[in-house]
Amino acid sequence: MIPLLIYIAVFVGSFYLVTKLQGAGIRDYTSLKTVTFGDESAVRPNRIAGFVSIATIFLIWGIFTGSGLLPKFLHAPAPFEGVAEFTYTVQAEDGSSDDALVRVVVHPRDQSADSPVVPEGDGFAKNDAAVVAQWRTILIPWDKNDAVTRKDGAKIVAINGQPVTPGDTVNTDFGPVTLSDKGTPNFAPDRGMQMEPLYLPAPETVWVRTVKIFKEGFRNFSIWEHLGFSLYRVILGFVLGAIVGVPLGYAMGLSNWFRGWFDPIVEFMRPVPPLALIPLVIIWAGIGESGKIILLFLAALWIMAIAARSGVSGVNISKVHAAYSLGASKWQIMRHVIIPNSLPEIFTGARVAMGVCWGTVVAAELVAAEQGAGMMIMTASKFQNTDIVIMGIVLIGVIGFGIDMLMRWAERHLVPWKGKS
Amino acid sequence: MTGLSIQNLSMRFDLPDGGAVQALQDVSLDLKAGELLSVLGPSGCGKTTLLNIVAGFLAPTGGQMTLNGNTIAGPSADRGMVFQKGALFEWMSVRDNVSFGPRMQGQRESDYLEEVDHLLEVVGLQDFKEKAIYELSGGMQQRVALARCLANHPDVILMDEPLGALDALTREKMQSLVLKLWKETGKTIILITHSVEEALLLGERLVVMAPRPGRIHKEYRLPFADLGVDADLREVKKHPDFGVKREEILSMIWDMEEEIMGRSEDSK
Repeated sequence: MIPLLIYIAVFVGSFYLVTKLQGAGIRDYTSLKTVTFGDESAVRPNRIAGFVSIATIFLIWGIFTGSGLLPKFLHAPAPFEGVAEFTYTVQAEDGSSDDALVRVVVHPRDQSADSPVVPEGDGFAKNDAAVVAQWRTILIPWDKNDAVTRKDGAKIVAINGQPVTPGDTVNTDFGPVTLSDKGTPNFAPDRGMQMEPLYLPAPETVWVRTVKIFKEGFRNFSIWEHLGFSLYRVILGFVLGAIVGVPLGYAMGLSNWFRGWFDPIVEFMRPVPPLALIPLVIIWAGIGESGKIILLFLAALWIMAIAARSGVSGVNISKVHAAYSLGASKWQIMRHVIIPNSLPEIFTGARVAMGVCWGTVVAAELVAAEQGAGMMIMTASKFQNTDIVIMGIVLIGVIGFGIDMLMRWAERHLVPWKGKS
Repeated sequence: MTGLSIQNLSMRFDLPDGGAVQALQDVSLDLKAGELLSVLGPSGCGKTTLLNIVAGFLAPTGGQMTLNGNTIAGPSADRGMVFQKGALFEWMSVRDNVSFGPRMQGQRESDYLEEVDHLLEVVGLQDFKEKAIYELSGGMQQRVALARCLANHPDVILMDEPLGALDALTREKMQSLVLKLWKETGKTIILITHSVEEALLLGERLVVMAPRPGRIHKEYRLPFADLGVDADLREVKKHPDFGVKREEILSMIWDMEEEIMGRSEDSK
């Protein structure tokens, strides 16, 4: 809740700040144009907003993980660390009572600590000591060392002087102490408001781990091999899918028989998510390399076939007629009119197919793989290496984005006439 | 015999609901080589169907056509077509579009390059040879379409509302260009148009078609095309006969339109 409020506050605050600083001199009709629905080009991304947006994510990430990148005063309250103390009052069966002290050392999760030394104290209730990691709780076995125990009918009646019965909670300066149903105090050191590194490590932890993985690799393979394997599968699967899918699409666009024959298959297979094919592909081809290639081939095949089909069907009949009356043969029309005319559609299909393939390969590697980006994050997750999981997700995102950028670049250079006829 | 001869041409389209439309009925025309015929008519009178049949894109359900004595069957390079729009190849440069015909017939570059460049000069695009089609304005694109058609040396040029998508000013310039090309090349031209003025200005002969079934309603022989070859077209429009003919044809077409409307209201 609080992270969301901070996020909204930064969003609104930076908007007012930036428009105040930047927008004072601008007097055009952009603000009016933005209400012409359907004219997307009238709305352009604000660069500063983009920058602040990214920075805000890191800011909130840093605040709630106690990141060293941020000055301490920005951190959300940290979990308690150090020596916590509270007292409890024991009442023996005969009605006499005695106080005892509990001293608990709370240490970070990745360190350990020795049990603190406490003098026994006087009376029949003796002082106790315990050790607990941050974000964990500990039951204090209060009567282990006492002269009078629960078996003798003794019970805790107060904590820090406040009377309690089993089930009650007393808030101490170091965190709540709950008396369990059996009468044992359960101490939960104050968690603060930061995320436990197990769930969300600080940005610099992820960065350090990233550098380490880039240097040392992960599970017998370098990071480049992991990513390279994923990319290799995607490209091989996509190329095979295109080699089969594009001619199939052309045939479907040009021949009634092909259209009739393959339409039911293509239309049925198109809405089947490639992920749903993983179990069948594993049964047929095992978890090896060929299984993944088959899966990606199937993921790309239908998309490319449909793109090529609509590329052919979408040709303006005037172009074909013009070519005929210019003396072109059927084959020449295929080569010089139909194929170039379908290229923009095929490129659109290729972009979609590459995106789907990239998603599918990661999912397939999650299920079973020796190497690959998906395998990396799945294995890391099993070992609770959240930093590696986050690193992997970021790398997968960057590569997916890079693939799309590359496809767009190729599109601009290879089919510059796209959308301009 | 030279020229284009069309005899008793009929075309019936079967509709998916079992009915049929008589798009053309007993259309006969004889065009001598070098004549410019403009075809006018209300929508649905079968003008475009007629042109598509002459081009060979449609097979008629009845009648014969011959070009220079040879029966017409299917599209061929001897009948060039200029479309309203969208028929240029966006993936080729202006020059490659114009040289498409010669290239498809296997001519070597050295054989056609000079003529292609000459044609681009004639239509005023000598500075746009290497440009992409989508970089040109609508008027320029139609000039490319004209040049592309001429580069192929057709005997007959079929124009399907070639200037219909242009603005008024560009349209007027292009009308002069069409007249100039017609005179210089001596091609037989059939021009379909929606504009009565354009049909009068460009047509040496003019045919008004009537709808349902599509047929030839009236034929004119006009002097304006010859006058317009060397003169300003706006001067030609001031010719006393021009206004008379325009009003006559306009009211003829209006009557047909009203008749169609009336008929469709009756059938309701």
